Amino acid sequence: MIKIENLVKAFGAKRAVDGISFAVERGEVVGFLGPNGSGKSTTMRMITGYYAPTAGKVSVGGYDVVDSPLQAKRLIGYLPENAAAYTDMSVHGFLEFAAGLRGLAGDAKRKAVARAVERCFLSSVLHQSIDTLSKGYKHRTCLAQALIHDPEVLILDEPTDGLDPNQKHEIRNLIRELGRTKAVVFSTHILEEVDAACTRAIIIDRGRIVAQGTPDELGRPLDEVFRRITIPDTVNK
Amino acid sequence: MRNIWVIAKRELGSYFSSPVAYVFLVIFLLLTGFFTFTAGQFFERGEASLAAFFGWHPWLYLVLVPAVGMRLWAEERRAGTIELLLTMPITPWEAIVGKFLASWIFLGLALALTFPVVITVNVLGSPDNGMIFAGYLGSLFLAGAYLALTCMTSAMTRNQVVAFILAVVACLFLILAGFSPVTDLMVRWASPAFVDTVAAFSVVTHFDGFQKGVIDTRDLFYFLSVIGFALFATSIILRNR
Repeated sequence: MIKIENLVKAFGAKRAVDGISFAVERGEVVGFLGPNGSGKSTTMRMITGYYAPTAGKVSVGGYDVVDSPLQAKRLIGYLPENAAAYTDMSVHGFLEFAAGLRGLAGDAKRKAVARAVERCFLSSVLHQSIDTLSKGYKHRTCLAQALIHDPEVLILDEPTDGLDPNQKHEIRNLIRELGRTKAVVFSTHILEEVDAACTRAIIIDRGRIVAQGTPDELGRPLDEVFRRITIPDTVNK
Repeated sequence: MRNIWVIAKRELGSYFSSPVAYVFLVIFLLLTGFFTFTAGQFFERGEASLAAFFGWHPWLYLVLVPAVGMRLWAEERRAGTIELLLTMPITPWEAIVGKFLASWIFLGLALALTFPVVITVNVLGSPDNGMIFAGYLGSLFLAGAYLALTCMTSAMTRNQVVAFILAVVACLFLILAGFSPVTDLMVRWASPAFVDTVAAFSVVTHFDGFQKGVIDTRDLFYFLSVIGFALFATSIILRNR
C-alpha cells in the first residue's frame, strides 16, 4: 500500500531525511522508531503530502503523492503530531467537518461520524468544545478524524504521546485491531509499544534507516538495541 | 466547489463561536456611524447622498479588514491544524478560496448592517439609490481587495499581530499611491504620466468611480485582479512553507 523509494528532504543544508526506502503492505503495523529529531515526522509529512520531497518517490495505493495528491490523500487517514484540531469546534462539529472534506454527506456522513465516535469512545464528550477536553480525549478526537472515512492507510504521528497508561493501552489495542485490515505506520519513542502493537519496526536515526525487522529479529532487550544503534542528540557528530 | 463550501462554513462558524464576531460588528457599526455623522458632517452637507459614508471606507477598512483576516492562515499555522487541512483530499486553492469567501461574507454582513444610513438618507431627502448601490458594491470590492492582501500576509507568519501589521502596511500603500496629498507631492518631481501610473494602482482611484455611481468594468477588473493576485501569492507562500 505504501511504497517509499530513496526519500530525501532537505531544509537548507540539513538533510532531515536522507535516502529512506521501505514498503508497507495491508495487514502490517509498522512502528517507526527513532530519537527526537531523527526525521520520523518529516517522513510522515511526506507520505501524507504535507511536505514535498526534495528527492525520491512516495506512492500510496499505487498513486504518486506528488503527481496525483488527491487520489493518494483519499486513501490516507492522518493523525498529525500533537493531535492538532480546531479547538473552537465541538467534537461532533469537528468530525462532521472532517467527514465533509472526505466527500461524505447525508446518511453516509451520519453513519461515519457515529462509527468513529464509537470506536474512539467519544460519546460522552460529543457536544463539548475541543479546547475544554483533556489531552486523552483531544487525542482520540483527532484519531477519530483520521478514521472517519475508514481509510486503507493510517499514518499516526506519536498517537500515544502524553496519554496515561490506560489510554495508551486502549490506543495500542485499537492500532493492533486496525492493523489487521489496513496498512498502519505509527511513530513512537516508547519501545514497549513496538512489542505491544507492531508486526515490524523500523529504526531511523539522523534521517537514515539503521535497523528494521520484527521485534524478535531486532533483538532483546529492545532499549539496549535502540541505544546501541542510535546516537544521543547530546553527542556532536 | 463542495469543499470550498465546507471550509467556508467552518470558517464562518468559528467567527460566531466566540464573541469576536459580535465585538467586531458593534465596533464596525459604531465607527461607520461616527465617521459618517460626526467626522463626515453628514447633516451639515445638506445633500441627500452617502458621500460622507463611503468616503471614509478606504481608511476605516485599513484597520478593520486586517483585523478580520489576520487569523485566517496564521492561526492554522500556530495551532498546527494547517497540517490537517492540507493533508485532506482537497486542493490548496479550495482551502484558500473557502477561507477568503468566509471572511468576505462576514465583511459583507457587517456592511449590510449599515442599512439604517440608507433609510435615514431616504427619509430625509430623495437620494439617487442607484448611486448608493454602486457605492455599496464598490465598498464590498474594496474590502475584498484588502482581505485578499491580508490572506497573503497571514500565510507568511504564525503570528497574527505580524500578519495584521504587514496587511495594514500593504493596504496603506494601496491607498497612498492615489491619495491626493501624496500625488500632489509627487507631481513636483515626477512627470504627470508617472504620477498617473502610480495612482492607477491605488484603491482610492478605483473606488472613486463607484462613489459617483459609475460601475466601470475597468474598476471591477482592478479589484478582481488585486484579489486574484493576492490569493495566487497566498498559494505560492503556502506551497513553500
